[in-house]
Amino acid sequence: MLPTTRQPPLSEILAAADQVILGKSRQTRLALCCLLAKGHLLIEDLPGVGKTTLAHTLARLLGFQFSRIQFTSDMLPADILGVSVFDRDRGDFRFLPGPVFSQVLLADEINRATPKTQSALLEAMEEGQVTTEGETRPLPQPFFVIATQNPSNQIGTFPLPESQLDRFLLRIELGYPDHDAERALLESGGRREQLPMLAARLTCSDFAALQQQAAAVHAAPALLDYLQLLVEATRADPRLVHGLSPRAALSLLAAARAWAFTDGRTMVLPEDVQAVLPAVARHRLRLVSGNQADGEDIAALIRAVPLP
Amino acid sequence: MVKMVKATSRARPAVALEHGAVPWLLLVATVTAGPHVTHLPWWLSLLVGGTLSWRAWLWQQRRPLPPRWTLALLVIGTVAAIGWQYRTLFGKDAGVALLVVFMALKPMEMNSRRDALVVVMLGYFLLLTHYLYSQSIPTGLWLLAAITLLTAALIRLHGGAQPVVTVLRHAGLLLTQALPFMLILYLLFPRISGPLWGLPQDAYAGLSGLSEQMAPGSISRLIQSGAIAFRSRFDGEPPEKSDLYWRGPVFDEYDGLTWHTRARPGGSATPAPVVEGVGQSYAYSSILEAHDRRWLLALDVATRLPPDSSLAPTLEAVSREPVRVRSRFSFVSSTNYRANVIEAAGILEQALVLPEGINPRTRALASEWASRPPARIAEAALAMFRNEDFHYTLRPPLLGRDAMDEFLFDTRRGFCEHYASAFVFLMRAANVPARVVAGYQGGEINPVDGYLTVRQSDAHAWAEVWLAGQGWVRFDPTAAVAPSRIEQGIVAALPAGEPLPIVVRLDADWLRELRNRWEAANNTWNQWVLGYNPQRQREVLSRLGWRDPDWRGMTASLAVLCGVALLIVTLWTLPRRLAADPVQRAWRKYCTQLGRRGISRAAWEGPLDFAQRVAREKPDLAALTSEAAGYYAKLRYGRSARTEHDLRRLRQCLYRLPPRRRNNA
Repeated sequence: MLPTTRQPPLSEILAAADQVILGKSRQTRLALCCLLAKGHLLIEDLPGVGKTTLAHTLARLLGFQFSRIQFTSDMLPADILGVSVFDRDRGDFRFLPGPVFSQVLLADEINRATPKTQSALLEAMEEGQVTTEGETRPLPQPFFVIATQNPSNQIGTFPLPESQLDRFLLRIELGYPDHDAERALLESGGRREQLPMLAARLTCSDFAALQQQAAAVHAAPALLDYLQLLVEATRADPRLVHGLSPRAALSLLAAARAWAFTDGRTMVLPEDVQAVLPAVARHRLRLVSGNQADGEDIAALIRAVPLP
Repeated sequence: MVKMVKATSRARPAVALEHGAVPWLLLVATVTAGPHVTHLPWWLSLLVGGTLSWRAWLWQQRRPLPPRWTLALLVIGTVAAIGWQYRTLFGKDAGVALLVVFMALKPMEMNSRRDALVVVMLGYFLLLTHYLYSQSIPTGLWLLAAITLLTAALIRLHGGAQPVVTVLRHAGLLLTQALPFMLILYLLFPRISGPLWGLPQDAYAGLSGLSEQMAPGSISRLIQSGAIAFRSRFDGEPPEKSDLYWRGPVFDEYDGLTWHTRARPGGSATPAPVVEGVGQSYAYSSILEAHDRRWLLALDVATRLPPDSSLAPTLEAVSREPVRVRSRFSFVSSTNYRANVIEAAGILEQALVLPEGINPRTRALASEWASRPPARIAEAALAMFRNEDFHYTLRPPLLGRDAMDEFLFDTRRGFCEHYASAFVFLMRAANVPARVVAGYQGGEINPVDGYLTVRQSDAHAWAEVWLAGQGWVRFDPTAAVAPSRIEQGIVAALPAGEPLPIVVRLDADWLRELRNRWEAANNTWNQWVLGYNPQRQREVLSRLGWRDPDWRGMTASLAVLCGVALLIVTLWTLPRRLAADPVQRAWRKYCTQLGRRGISRAAWEGPLDFAQRVAREKPDLAALTSEAAGYYAKLRYGRSARTEHDLRRLRQCLYRLPPRRRNNA
């Protein structure tokens, strides 16, 4: 039989997160996987379903330094990256780092900001460093962005272009809570106040070790065959404008590894790939009809590719 | 145990036919039965079309099929009608009609996949019957397409819904793979002379060509056909066009209206003819279309003949059996010859007989000439045709009782048969032995393949006179009237507006070119595909370096070659099959077994997901499946460790499955 013992800190973290975010254990686990795979996370859903709570909870449980930016349409890049101010005592300019200099940056409602501001953040995500006023400053390690965005059909949004969506390893949707979870939420009167009480379960170095272990989960040739077949199927699918890029394939593998790791396995199975595929692929695939691929499209894609 | 055996021996429940597969089968029925419409009675064609349309309508409306008794009535009624139409239920036409009816009616009771298979198999058989009617290149191409469609229908029946293009491509691939075997079988399967089974009596109906008698109009009727009579290829230069007299039946009996070939007693009653070629001789071979007569249409006169044939007493080459399939014959002929300088008395006497009491004016003219030497009499007759106002036309006026008198003195318009018979009548009346010879004159070289093509429209009749010391000498009165007929062919000789077949009278060069190419392609097809007989097979094999093959050797090498081909295919695919991981095989077997127990793994389903689903749906198999899935996942997707042990455990899971239970045993 397969060893299915989950790493104790991971299962603890997931259990604790489930206490805060009720009935969303799959999304919580995907979010954790995203961080384990060293990727940035995009959470897209309506306001008020708990996007920010999820990001906040994870940051606290993992013991990360956390900052938050609420994006607005009048925001400038300097509001994120930081500005140099003249220090009268030293007769010199001093750099005041912006909120981006933290381990977990919660970028709330990223699609409310103008493209210029968005791209300043996305550049930081990609490079792991910030260049302002001719000087390059490294960001802290690890550096994660958990961005939330409203569905783009809401008023006053600047949808992220596809090239920038590609920077996010996973995109998840939370959806409404189910009946029981909502009742529990109503009875307890909201979860925000629990957040400050959450104790960190890990140190930064612990998490780095977990990341390393997750990256070392075995992907057999047979599994890579399957993964390639899936990626090729997206490229051959006439309903899609274009298929998954090689970077997306890498993301898929990394996410599947992390998913297997959170399941306590030392090997990736096709099930892992299938489990993370919607979160990896949906924001990267566009249908010929103009919409983004929905869950049913991805499920059909999975069903069309037999295991090799 | 006994119970189980009983249960398994029961017939499997029929697999229902998919709704989406029905159009394929209707197409199969249409394609296989449809072209037979050209020779079926009209009511049958109507019935077939109506039934198939009805079935298509039922399919489209998703209505139930008609009840059995309707079909039974329909079958009985149609079979009776066919019996009444053909006066038999056997033979080519009636048999094909029956098959077509079955093909049209079977879709009406097509509920299960088994019924659909019957339709497809019947289709394959029905396809074969098309060869009884036509063996041309278009038929071959069309049957190839039909075979692809039938195979595609089979694939569709078993493979479920898939895009049409995929199905067709799959069928094409299968047929392409069959091609090497087809070629081996074609080249090496021992050929049998003649058809494999006796063809029915009506098989040779409708062949055109010269016949044993010549009435006014019989040759001009033949000329209406552009069909090919035979093709010849000379080993060297062909003779002049004006020397191309292809000798057919000889008519030496006249009843006042019709010329006949006199039935001669065979054997020793008439001596073998003696011919002596003078000057150049020509070697050539002819591919003769079937005409169901014995004459071989050799160039006049043949000095060397193919086996199983001989020169008749009247000098035409004849084979032992009527030519019923397209055949190839090789001859040597001399266009200058001395034939039967010493002739049997019986033949000379016959060559003078005329019916009494008719054509007095002609007789009178002949008796004026009778005192001259025979050669001069013939000259005089030719001079009369040449110098007086005679016309060569395909549309002569009708002649009465004294046909020769009316033709020679009144109408003076006629075709080769008129001139030849008038000439012979004159000769006989002047006491010179003479007879009518029918055959073909001329022909046209097809520049594409170099074959001289002779058509029915080249049919001709001329005369022959026996002169002492010279034997039989050809006189062609038509040449005296219309020299261009002999020198340039019939198109040049006839005035515009005469009813000639279109293929013969092609004005545009490109059309002529097209016709030549098409006929050359047909010729190749005839020789290499249709005419691939034992002789041809021996030629091919000896060209491949195998001298003198017999059927035993051919059968043996056929078996060996097919074996080798199979072996190559096996060797080609075996490594892949062996390489197919033992782990994969063990897991697939396990999943197949679960499938027989009512829960099958989807092709995309991973092992753990499958095990979870089994746990939900078949709790009694949950533990074992979860174990097997665990081993499989570890073996296939894990780092390789303890592989043999795990593989053994995975295989054991297969044997630990509980035996299948039948719920209604």
